[in-house]
Amino acid sequence: MNDILLFTLLTLGLLGTVLAIILYFVAQKFKVIEDPRIDLVEDALPKANCGGCGFPGCRNFAEVTVKAANDTQSLEGLNCPVGGNDVMKRVAAILQLEVEDQEPMIAVIRCNGSHAHSPSKVKYEGPASCAFAHNLFSGEGGCQFGCLGLGDCVRSCDFDAIHMNSETGLPVVNDKCVACGACVKACPRGIIELRNKGKKDKRIFVSCINKEKGGIAKKNCSVACIGCSKCQQVCPYDAITMADNLAYIDFEKCKLCRKCVEVCPTDAIHEINFPLRKVKVETTETEPKKVQKATNEVVTTSEVVVSEENKPNTENKA
Amino acid sequence: MNKLKTFTIGGVHPHENKLTDQVAIRTLPLPKQLIIPLGQNLGVPPKPIVKKGDEVKTGQLIARGEAFISSNIHAPASGKILKIDDALDASGYRRQAIFLDVTGDEWADDIDTSGTIEREIKLSKSEIVARIKECGLVGLGGATFPTHVKMMIPDGKKAEYLIINGVECEPYLTSDHRMMLEKGDEILVGVSIMMRALDTEKAVIGIENNKPDAIAKLSQLAQSYKGIQIQPLKVKYPQGGEKQLIKACVNREVPSGKLPIEVGCVVSNVGTAFAVYEAVQKNKPLIERVVTITGKNLTHPSNFLVRVGTPISDLIAAAGGMPEDTGKLINGGPMMGKSLSTPDVPVVKGSSGILLLKNEESKRPTPKTCIRCSKCTVVCPMGLEPFLLSKLSKLGLYERAEKEQIMDCIECGSCQFTCPSGLPLLDYLRLGKQKTGQLIRNRK
Amino acid sequence: MSLFTISGSPHVHGEENVKKIMLTVVYAMVPAMLVSIYFFGLDALRVMLIAVGASIFFEYVIQKYLIKGPITITDGSAAVAGILLAFNVPANVPAWMLVAGALVTIGVAKMSFGGLGKNPFNPALVGRVFMLISFPVQMTSWPVAKPLFASHLTDAITGPTALGLLKEGVGAGKTVDQILADPQMPQYLDRLMGNMSGSLGEVSAIALIIGGIFMVIRKVIDWQVPVSIILTVFIMAEIFHLIDPQHYIEPSFHLFSGGLMLGAIFMATDMVSSPMNLSGKIVFGVGIGLITIIIRLWGAYPEGISFAILIMNAFTPLINNAFKPKRFGLVKK
Repeated sequence: MNDILLFTLLTLGLLGTVLAIILYFVAQKFKVIEDPRIDLVEDALPKANCGGCGFPGCRNFAEVTVKAANDTQSLEGLNCPVGGNDVMKRVAAILQLEVEDQEPMIAVIRCNGSHAHSPSKVKYEGPASCAFAHNLFSGEGGCQFGCLGLGDCVRSCDFDAIHMNSETGLPVVNDKCVACGACVKACPRGIIELRNKGKKDKRIFVSCINKEKGGIAKKNCSVACIGCSKCQQVCPYDAITMADNLAYIDFEKCKLCRKCVEVCPTDAIHEINFPLRKVKVETTETEPKKVQKATNEVVTTSEVVVSEENKPNTENKA
Repeated sequence: MNKLKTFTIGGVHPHENKLTDQVAIRTLPLPKQLIIPLGQNLGVPPKPIVKKGDEVKTGQLIARGEAFISSNIHAPASGKILKIDDALDASGYRRQAIFLDVTGDEWADDIDTSGTIEREIKLSKSEIVARIKECGLVGLGGATFPTHVKMMIPDGKKAEYLIINGVECEPYLTSDHRMMLEKGDEILVGVSIMMRALDTEKAVIGIENNKPDAIAKLSQLAQSYKGIQIQPLKVKYPQGGEKQLIKACVNREVPSGKLPIEVGCVVSNVGTAFAVYEAVQKNKPLIERVVTITGKNLTHPSNFLVRVGTPISDLIAAAGGMPEDTGKLINGGPMMGKSLSTPDVPVVKGSSGILLLKNEESKRPTPKTCIRCSKCTVVCPMGLEPFLLSKLSKLGLYERAEKEQIMDCIECGSCQFTCPSGLPLLDYLRLGKQKTGQLIRNRK
Repeated sequence: MSLFTISGSPHVHGEENVKKIMLTVVYAMVPAMLVSIYFFGLDALRVMLIAVGASIFFEYVIQKYLIKGPITITDGSAAVAGILLAFNVPANVPAWMLVAGALVTIGVAKMSFGGLGKNPFNPALVGRVFMLISFPVQMTSWPVAKPLFASHLTDAITGPTALGLLKEGVGAGKTVDQILADPQMPQYLDRLMGNMSGSLGEVSAIALIIGGIFMVIRKVIDWQVPVSIILTVFIMAEIFHLIDPQHYIEPSFHLFSGGLMLGAIFMATDMVSSPMNLSGKIVFGVGIGLITIIIRLWGAYPEGISFAILIMNAFTPLINNAFKPKRFGLVKK
């Protein structure tokens, strides 16, 4: 009996020792020396793994950041759009560096071709995939630049920040948007643009990317940019450029003066989160127009939650 | 009777509906204005060489294809260039096109417009290819691949067979059928010309046996041409697919991802053979083609000889006008054609037919769940698993889809046609192909 | 004028639909139904009506109140599952038992996976095996076939199946000749026509084969599965018969007794739970044949095809991955 006990203990003890020695050497041989700061940076990141920073996953971004800190002592060009300035400051603190504040961005839908503005000329039957429909035809409304309304952007969003409005058939971005850019990549038509969030969320942008000549664009959609250049002429800050019959507002130069909004003959320029203008609306005359505008406003208001009193903004021009 | 040849894997039998196979080809009068899209060939569109206000004669070069895979475009009628601007074409998008105000039909000087059949081939191999290139020929079966590029055999390869597609497996369409009946001699001369250009001894014309008159006519005519064999084939869709046709006619399988020349074959269409004849023997560029205009409630479904650039609405008017309950307008046949949003789209070199479907015909069945019946796998002519591929594409698993050979799909639509659950299999396959293609290109 | 429709090609659709396929299966089962009514009288009809009714009822209730999705009882798949379940039970089975079986068939084996097209196992077989294991006595007391609308069958005239006799006999150490001499053992022609005790649908090999041929012609099933099952069973039985003819019975006995034909033709060929590709179907069939013969010759149960099919159902996804259709243009090297 004792013999057995002794024998067992000896064998197991010996086996344990030998294995421990082997394990020690293997661990030494395969040891990976990793900067412990990578883990720290990764912990500071939001771990959404959205790819908004341009790298596949938060871990990879952390590695790149630490490498950049070692090599160049700067975090220039590296930004986590999801975490924003707070996260980047924390990351910088871990790496004992400084970062400049980045302007927060938001995805903006640059198409206002709702069912009302761009009535359907054909009926689409097939899978709900913009990428497929884009290859098939120019869109139900006929505009070959406009939104197809099948929601590839909605499906690409990891943050529940973009939804389809069934009334207009256009996507709507809410304030959960972290500007990761997934929808920008998902849209086969390139309608979505990441723009400056703006002071107090105020933004002005051209809600159209149609490059066709005015007449053709207008035929398909009543709120298309027709390339008339009026906004460009009126802009005191040189923020508007014209190319291919299309106006573009540079958000870095735009001072939100709203002059362009007033002159646009097709209401293609949208202003968001501005207070009500002080012009009285003549109710009797604008009544029929109001109905049409109502749907227009659904888009504008829902771009970001807009207070109710903003509504008459565009009507003022009528 | 011998067992008719056909391809071995898959295939379906849609209703043939050849409403116009006994309707002789008529020439459509010239319209007042022609819109000639520049992107009429596979590859790079040619560059316009005329400008606004230029007077052109019928057959005069108006756009030159400079890239390797590109082809020339000639004026389809004489008149004045109105403008060069974007115009809606069959793709559903506005693209660059030449607008021509037609004043008459005065042909350029060096074109032989007589109807006499020239049988003697005078030109040499390289001259033939040069002439084909000059005359802007593309494959008229629908893929519109520039013909002169096809005629240039890569070094180290030899074209053993020239296979001519007279199958017309698409339901409804009859333009090739009528061509074979009415232009049999010209087609055979065209085939002989292509054989000389390719240095080929043997040519096989594959015709499905739902066209016994065409088989009889061409078999009789072919006796006086050396090396041309008429091969009757069993009716089965998609026999007109290049790879399926080679398998059916000479029992060779083109390897995955390779071209027919890999197995010593070059495939062309009977329409193209006719165009080759006209180009080489008559110096006549490709400015007109036979288009079938058909549909069950059209009053006069017909086959028209149409100048390139004629609006489709003109064809519909000539066939009795747009019927009231048209639900779908299709450029091409019902299996592979492209639905159009408006009839104001010009006929191009690749248009083989215009099909108008009634409202009730144009409805798709409501999709249900897959019952795993495997019918799609059985009918797939490429031996793929459409149910799996469409699922993978739906889920975005493009790498797995690539391994399952999604890129081999020829988009014939047999799977979707046959699916008892009415699933949009091909739609997702197309999407998958598109995304997988991007993936592959990005990798390079 | 209405708007034009834009969609991808093809713009026409064939005439196939799910309902048509299910109806074809029902038509194919008609000969076997008639034979069962002929041999087991109105009891057979009663069993079939209850099984079908209960299956459709459960499918409706589950879709309406549990899943709250679209109701698809009109596609006929629940009816097919009901008939198949009825085919798998003796004619004298109590109604409540049958209803319980239908609940398992539809509720557990079909709807819990998401309904038609998503069940990994053949629902009717799951229901049958559930009944066999839960109520072994009732499920194995087979009424003796009594042609031409005999009066109501009672337990008094039940008898063992041919396979049951065989298993019992072999277990008791009898030789095959002795077993065959048993007066309860049905004769060869009776086994072919169905004049023997057994489950409703399994008795008549001829009726089942007629249905099978009909389905193959209508392209609802492929011949690969039934033929490979039957051939495998035949070959295996023949091998053992040659080794020891007094211990192992001749192969034709195996083919025309028990649920082999029913299983091979109607159960194993179920579209949902069988492999998708032809080569895979052959592997599937051979697997079923092997497991069946193993259970029949050496297992505890006299009959093994239900278990064999369910086991192979579990392998279906693997078979689908491993056996691909012959691709066009695959270069031979």
